[in-house]
Amino acid sequence: MSDHKTMTLTLIVWRQKNANDPGKFETYTAKNITEHHSFLEMLDCVNEDLIHSGKDPIVFDHDCREGICGMCSQVINGAPHGGQDRTTVCQLHMRKFKDGDTIYIEPWRARAFPIIRDLIVDRSALDKIIQAGGYTSCHTGGVADGNAILIPKPVADEAMDAAECVGCGACVAGCPNGAAMLFTGAKVSQLALLPQGKAEAAERVMNMSNAMTECGFGNCTNHYECQAACPKGINVKFIARMNREFLKAQFA
Amino acid sequence: MILDGKCPTGPIQETWDKHRFDLKLVNPANKRKYNVIVVGTGLAGGAAAASLGELGYNVQAFCYQDSPRRAHSIAAQGGINAAKNYPNDGDSIYRLFYDTIKGGDFRAREADVWRLAQVSNNIIDQCVAQGVPFARDYAGYLDNRSFGGAQVSRTFFARGQTGQQLLLGAYSALSRQIKAGTVKMYDRREMLDLVVVDGVARGITVRNLVNGQLESYAADAVCLCTGGYVNVFYLSTNAMGCSVTANWKAHKKGAYFANPCYTQIHPTCIPQAGDYQSKLTLMSESLRNDGRVWVPKKKEDCGKHPNEIAEDDRDYYLERKYPSYGNLAPRDIASRAAKEQCDDGRGVGPGGRGVYLDFADSIKRLGEDTIRERYGNLFEMYEKITDENGYKRPMRMYPAPHYAMGGLWVDYNLMSNIPGLFVLGEANFSVHGANRLGASALMQGLADGYFVIPYTIGGYLATVKPGQVKADHAEFKKSVEDVTAEQNKYLSINGKKTVFEFMRELGGLMWENCGMARTKESLETNLKKIPALREEFWKNVKVTGSGAELNQQLENAGRTADFLEFSELLCRDALHRNESCGGHFRVEYQDAGEAQRDDVNYCYVGAWEYKGDNKEPELHKEPLKFDNVHLAVRSYK
Ligand SMILES: Cc1cc2nc3c(=O)[nH]c(=O)nc-3n(C[C@H](O)[C@H](O)[C@H](O)COP(=O)(O)OP(=O)(O)OC[C@H]3O[C@@H](n4cnc5c(N)ncnc54)[C@H](O)[C@@H]3O)c2cc1C
Ligand code: SF4
Ligand code: FES
Repeated sequence: MSDHKTMTLTLIVWRQKNANDPGKFETYTAKNITEHHSFLEMLDCVNEDLIHSGKDPIVFDHDCREGICGMCSQVINGAPHGGQDRTTVCQLHMRKFKDGDTIYIEPWRARAFPIIRDLIVDRSALDKIIQAGGYTSCHTGGVADGNAILIPKPVADEAMDAAECVGCGACVAGCPNGAAMLFTGAKVSQLALLPQGKAEAAERVMNMSNAMTECGFGNCTNHYECQAACPKGINVKFIARMNREFLKAQFA
Repeated sequence: MILDGKCPTGPIQETWDKHRFDLKLVNPANKRKYNVIVVGTGLAGGAAAASLGELGYNVQAFCYQDSPRRAHSIAAQGGINAAKNYPNDGDSIYRLFYDTIKGGDFRAREADVWRLAQVSNNIIDQCVAQGVPFARDYAGYLDNRSFGGAQVSRTFFARGQTGQQLLLGAYSALSRQIKAGTVKMYDRREMLDLVVVDGVARGITVRNLVNGQLESYAADAVCLCTGGYVNVFYLSTNAMGCSVTANWKAHKKGAYFANPCYTQIHPTCIPQAGDYQSKLTLMSESLRNDGRVWVPKKKEDCGKHPNEIAEDDRDYYLERKYPSYGNLAPRDIASRAAKEQCDDGRGVGPGGRGVYLDFADSIKRLGEDTIRERYGNLFEMYEKITDENGYKRPMRMYPAPHYAMGGLWVDYNLMSNIPGLFVLGEANFSVHGANRLGASALMQGLADGYFVIPYTIGGYLATVKPGQVKADHAEFKKSVEDVTAEQNKYLSINGKKTVFEFMRELGGLMWENCGMARTKESLETNLKKIPALREEFWKNVKVTGSGAELNQQLENAGRTADFLEFSELLCRDALHRNESCGGHFRVEYQDAGEAQRDDVNYCYVGAWEYKGDNKEPELHKEPLKFDNVHLAVRSYK
């Protein structure tokens, strides 16, 4: 199953031993890479070489490797997730690169995401935003039949568009202000669109907005870099909807 | 020893209701005095932690990812079953129960399966209330599709991301409890030991994956919701971090491991492209609703472009062999059939390990837009990985390890043989028998978490005094010492092979000799080679860095060491079971290619007891009785 054409690449990777280490770029060579390698499999190969030579491998977050868990998080040549349309790093394949390329690999960089090691950052701030109100307050068991609430297909579909967010944080990493508006807007919109979420809509948007600020995320100044970075194609219209919900809540 | 599953008796329809009434209750004011540990925050653990927190218990939840939202439940695509019978096509709780028993090849407990079917409807209601955006029709009603192995449309779905949406629902309920202070969440923690004091589960030892510290947590009950173990095959559809570690450590502390040889190989996964491959990607079997599976009739055609192979030269082998189910034949059957075609030299793609899944007919009938609407994200994923356009040329598919029906043995209350240790979701063995039907794992995870454990754990806790053992107990100290010693060992070997190299080798042995087809010889081969590989591991593995820092090699070394032990048990179980049933296919026991069960000798749950390092485990049996669904040959012809 070996491939005839292989690539050799130069990697310039951010290495940082822990949160207190200043960190620096190191250069590595990736050899014998085929077009079918995923980006992370390419890094696996580099790491295997590093371990064999007794060096610490590059650590990075990853788990599902199929673009859905939202764990992988790398800035490649300046673009979160590598800049391929609607693609997480783990789904990025080496056919997008060519022999001899030099590739810069960095972690998410944002005030709210402290670096833990190498390419791994702490994204627990995103969980805190959800904890502030990203739910409906229903009890297990005490709910009505699923068909008791009618939700027309277009509404269900739009809620689903918003719900596709994988919580990766690329929108924050891509934003010049380190804002989490796309992430938060997506959750606020999903629940505001659905009848189940309407009862708590005002409280929710206020609480989640406050949590964003408390966690150190920046403000949105309409650069729309978030949408460009988002591997799930979450649309900035959800930021607009969140702003409307916010205004409504203030005047409610 | 004969094991007792403690199933309620009497008319099956009344078993769960009666049992629920008979269970003791914990006084509401006392609930907060009880500490409950929930390891894992997938569908099972997320739902359990949220529901127990809501009831007022003091919950501590753990996961190895950086957030509870990332458990591998997130990757489920196809859907979740329920017996709502919204389409009026003949479904009922009884039919879902019947299908699950039969689909599991008569190797599951009737009472457990009945309960699952009964609560399935509540799950849908619960998820809707949480804001899970299930597919709807234009009038606003919930939409259904039919799914692998069922002749009714009972599957609810949210595009191709049902698992994601259900998990985010459970995660939101969990987040609400974290905010309320009833659940304390510990992420980036890996459970590395179960602490048992005087025969009762009292807590866990975990490694903080950020700083490497070992931490002790004590509780009145421990729930393992740690998922499945098919990464024992190395390449599987599971996430990279999925492991048997939590289950295996509990097993070594006395919990019985039931039916480890029941593993599910999913028929529609993207074939392996090269040796460097790190995982396999599943393509939802919902694709089989509109795709037709075929291989060339003639070996010479295998290298041709598929669109150039004439209709008459294609073998739609599932339609040919199983006319009444056709492309929707259950997973175990569809997987074996694919392997047969490829073994016969008629496979396509790299290494001849692939079959076609062709949408041309459906596109002609329904239009490309309808197909895109139904499966767009899957076609996109396929193209990202293979660089091929599934609308224009048939997709290539090959079976891959996907799901573990086996798991820790539990009784009807989901409690293992160790008092205080409960096991939920894929981590237990309970409802799927020897083969799981599509869209029923999500159902099980949420049933266990939302609607079973909240009742059954109360029945246990009501009989024990809270807070009897604290984390400063000698057993906790000993556990930390043992784990430290193990970690130091990995770090000190400084051999020549990486952890991945060992895991790849083990996976190869398992796939080759204990995969889709098993024989006495192949299993005996593994029972020789695995211990040898394990021995080599302990002499020759290389793990860099230290234990007092984030160290992914060290994490993987531990998981691999556990797989190196567990794999032997899996093979032993497969060897002892001289029959073919569901996902366990022994070549010696077949009838013209179809699995041949032996109900006289093997109609039992096989639960293994750990007897010490390199000692033979002891088999305990729980006989299975079928009072409602009559034991019959499972035929899909
Ligand atoms: C690709 C794919 C598609 C699927 N599609 C479907 C489908 O369409 N329908 C269906 O019904 N089923 C489907 N399944 C099966 C189903 O998704 C799983 O069986 C189910 O989600 C398992 O849920 P769980 O809660 O038991 O485990 P998981 O979701 O795997 O969660 C395990 C949890 O345990 C934690 N954990 C594990 N080990 C440790 C440890 N040692 N220490 C600390 N934490 C630990 C993890 O962090 C995680 O939180 C699919 C499975 C896969 C892989
Ligand atoms: S909005 Fe997009 S980029 Fe931001 S967290 Fe969600 S999926 Fe990631
Ligand atoms: S590893 Fe899960 S989305 Fe990339």
